[in-house]
Amino acid sequence: MQKIVKVGMADFKAIEHPGILTTLGLGSCVGIALFDWKIKVIGLAHIMLPSSSSARNKDNVAKFADTAAIQLIAQMKRKGANTKDIVAKLAGGAKMFNFTNSSDILNVGERNVASAKNVLEELRIPIVSCDTGGNYGRTIELHSDDGLLHIKTIGHGVKVI
Amino acid sequence: MTRNFNNFNSMYLDVLKEIGNIGCGNAVTSLAKMINRKIQMEVPKVKILDFKEVSDVLGSADEPVVGIMLNVHGSITGSILFILDIKHARMLVNMLMGYNNRIGAAFDEIELSALKEMGNILASSYLSALSELTKIQVIPSVPDISIDMAGAILSVPAIGFGKLGDSVLYIETEFYEDCTKVVGDFFLVPELESYDVLLKALGVV
Repeated sequence: MQKIVKVGMADFKAIEHPGILTTLGLGSCVGIALFDWKIKVIGLAHIMLPSSSSARNKDNVAKFADTAAIQLIAQMKRKGANTKDIVAKLAGGAKMFNFTNSSDILNVGERNVASAKNVLEELRIPIVSCDTGGNYGRTIELHSDDGLLHIKTIGHGVKVI
Repeated sequence: MTRNFNNFNSMYLDVLKEIGNIGCGNAVTSLAKMINRKIQMEVPKVKILDFKEVSDVLGSADEPVVGIMLNVHGSITGSILFILDIKHARMLVNMLMGYNNRIGAAFDEIELSALKEMGNILASSYLSALSELTKIQVIPSVPDISIDMAGAILSVPAIGFGKLGDSVLYIETEFYEDCTKVVGDFFLVPELESYDVLLKALGVV
């Protein structure tokens, strides 16, 4: 039985092989899953907002796509990971409610995904697969042995990316 | 001016609680009229929760819940969300439709529409209480409903609050008919610029 570590909302964690990182109920939040394919250190961030620049309170770096990705990689490096061996997978960024005149809050999923992609590109971390958008929640599990990201939904099936 | 929930004073909470109380009172009255039965309610509880606890409010973060959301326009903008767990949503539907013993999470079109309307009544009553007390204009949109993981639905208000701090403010309401008790949670999520309008109108700042 492998250890399963839970990552909360606005939180990130990195662990060494063997292990599983999971985060439950991603809505418009995005799960940034990172995998060092050489030494199998994995990291997972559950981000809520695209960028720390628009927020009044920036105490929690895990809340924002830009700051969370940087800090998570730093934490993985402390466990022996190498930036050039890290690949990324993204999941989440759904739009849970549908309104015609959408406000900022409602489009945040899309913006979260875009911001996560941007920041990973800047950090030169390739994104190998994505399961984003839609109008449903996702529970994800990142496995250290193969770097696969298992995605569970309610009524929209199960996926492995 | 920097403001977050870590320094919201107790007076502000009391004001919101009182609005919640009046709003729920209005809502329960409309509901009782609609189904022509006597409905009672408890004094709503106002709570501030840390993000990490938010998704566990209704059990596990990947348990399905019912969320009904309305947008708010007017002098303040934002959204209002009403959340019920599946069990209570079913009880509410049965109460509204006069069913005795339907069970389960599969809601048909009419039942979904009834739930949406229920969320609409509760949210609009809350907003009209807010509007009367503060003399600010608030206009609710038509509601939308989503049945999905608790974490996914709760992340919608959490994100709204996320720009301010690391906690969420919510109002728990309980109402019952005879021995059937329904518990639901309300989240009022003003957009950033609306906080000052709201607080000023409430006479808190």
